[in-house]
Amino acid sequence: MKPRHTALPEIALLAAAGALPLLLQAWGEEFYIGFATRMLIFALAATSLNFIVGYGGMVAFGHAAFFGSGAYVVALLMAAGITSAWLSWPLALAAAALLALLIGALSLRTRGVYFIMITLAFAQMLYYITVSLQVAGGDDGLPLARRSSLAPLDLGNDATLYWVTLGLLAASLYGLRRLADSRFGKALAGLRQNAPRMEALGYPVRPLQLACFVIGGALAGLAGALLANQNGLASPNLLYWKQSGMLLVMVILGGVGLRYGGVAGAVMLLGLEEMLGLYTAHGHLYIGLFLLGVVLFAPQGLAGLALRRR
Amino acid sequence: MTQLILEQMLNGLQFGLMLFLLAAGLTLVFGIMDMINLSHGSLYMVGAYLGAALAQASGSFLLGLAGAMAGLALIGMLLEISLLRRLYQRDHLTQVLATFALILIANETVLLLWGPQPLLLNAPTALAGPVEILGFSYPAYRLLIIAVGLLVAALLYWLVSRTRTGMWVRAGAANRVMAEALGIDVRRLFTGIFALGAALCALAGVMLGPLLAVQVGMGENILILAFVVIVIGGIGSIRGALVGSLLVGLVDTLGRALLPTVLRAIASPEVAGHLGPALASIMIYLLMAAMLFWRPEGLFPARS
Repeated sequence: MKPRHTALPEIALLAAAGALPLLLQAWGEEFYIGFATRMLIFALAATSLNFIVGYGGMVAFGHAAFFGSGAYVVALLMAAGITSAWLSWPLALAAAALLALLIGALSLRTRGVYFIMITLAFAQMLYYITVSLQVAGGDDGLPLARRSSLAPLDLGNDATLYWVTLGLLAASLYGLRRLADSRFGKALAGLRQNAPRMEALGYPVRPLQLACFVIGGALAGLAGALLANQNGLASPNLLYWKQSGMLLVMVILGGVGLRYGGVAGAVMLLGLEEMLGLYTAHGHLYIGLFLLGVVLFAPQGLAGLALRRR
Repeated sequence: MTQLILEQMLNGLQFGLMLFLLAAGLTLVFGIMDMINLSHGSLYMVGAYLGAALAQASGSFLLGLAGAMAGLALIGMLLEISLLRRLYQRDHLTQVLATFALILIANETVLLLWGPQPLLLNAPTALAGPVEILGFSYPAYRLLIIAVGLLVAALLYWLVSRTRTGMWVRAGAANRVMAEALGIDVRRLFTGIFALGAALCALAGVMLGPLLAVQVGMGENILILAFVVIVIGGIGSIRGALVGSLLVGLVDTLGRALLPTVLRAIASPEVAGHLGPALASIMIYLLMAAMLFWRPEGLFPARS
């Protein structure tokens, strides 16, 4: 028997998130609309990684590759004169998916720490290629002349970009949930618990994992496309291994394998960063201490404290 | 051309040996305790800062080096006892989280103590000039680095393969549970290994200080290189770390120096100009990916 799921809290949360720009405008704090958009974008990126780590059971340490390549696809297309988001965003998603297919197909031949290391190596490769390519702007990154045009919407308006991002995040979360509840999702759950048994039952283990990896990578590409628009820049930092680490930290903090783990982690970490930034230039010191505290005193992560389940 | 290749090979040897100092400690942590330690690069950074600060204060490079190594051995020991030993039994994700936190803490602490400006660390004045070898002149200080690296490699080799402690280390790397069952105190052994690893980080940081900038984040690139070395050499193997380090050092240095030239010979200058640097910088990652693909256990597998 499936427990009856009521969507009421989620709808209320979505409505509250949707009303945020209006509230910020009313308070005269428009600056924070951009910050909130950044939070949502990272929530999408962390959610996509959580799908791979939490649902697929694969500890991938190279998610920045997909995140960053999405940003660069939009920036490169913009530089080539293609400004339509209807074209460039799906292409960013597709490029990240293709990249994930390639990297995943090779990496999934290994497991454990070797999988961690090989995904890290591929991401670093992409980082160095990007830095040394002059068409991609090298160390400085590639600035966007303006935001993508999503006719009839005007993304030049900060609130509109926020709502579009919120819509895409909500749609992704919904889609991933449907996926997790599907036969595919159930098979993934089985794989996570006992891969040899699933293989013995005739499930195609590696293709299933690869599909999961590609879906996560594709969504990270979309998040990257959004971030390029928000920042007005595709920067090589997006591809650096510390970015992969940061996304992984968000997932662990929010709760590995939890439906809203990625969102919670991104909001928490970026929120903490912003709040500390008001008081000190050394906010990362306190974030580091906070993370250590979580490791030592909340072994199941913060969500584990609240939920008593993983 | 021959001279260029020879000079670059010496540079590669020098870089590889310094990589080995980092990889040696890291591979034992990785191999014996199955722990991913991202903060190893931070030990290298802190070591370099400590050495630079001490050298500036005392006016002696040697004093700075000794102080940094002693200080880092202490820091490494304290870190292992207070925090890292709690992580051995936890999953890889938790280890990533905790040691990533250590990177953030180390970076900010260094910023607080020494500010955002890179520190200046001068090579000993006696070694500042070039010397004449093999018919061309080569910086004396780089030769010293090579000598120190070779010496440490030899010492480590002796320690690991000829002493009782080394036997314990090898036993621990091959099968930790079995080693413990045979009465080896792997925990205490490990505190020692970590202290030694940290001191070697400091050695590498101070030795490379005059060549590279002593600045925040300096450990983050080299950490990943050390991981590449370990995976290529075989996790947990000192011998693998040495061979892997030299391989990575040589391939990286020679690739950067020669690949653009080679490409220019076979492709148009424009293509070579674009492709050369990109290809050179990913050579070692290609090497690692190929290794993981065809021989995932590395060149010298340590685990039984």
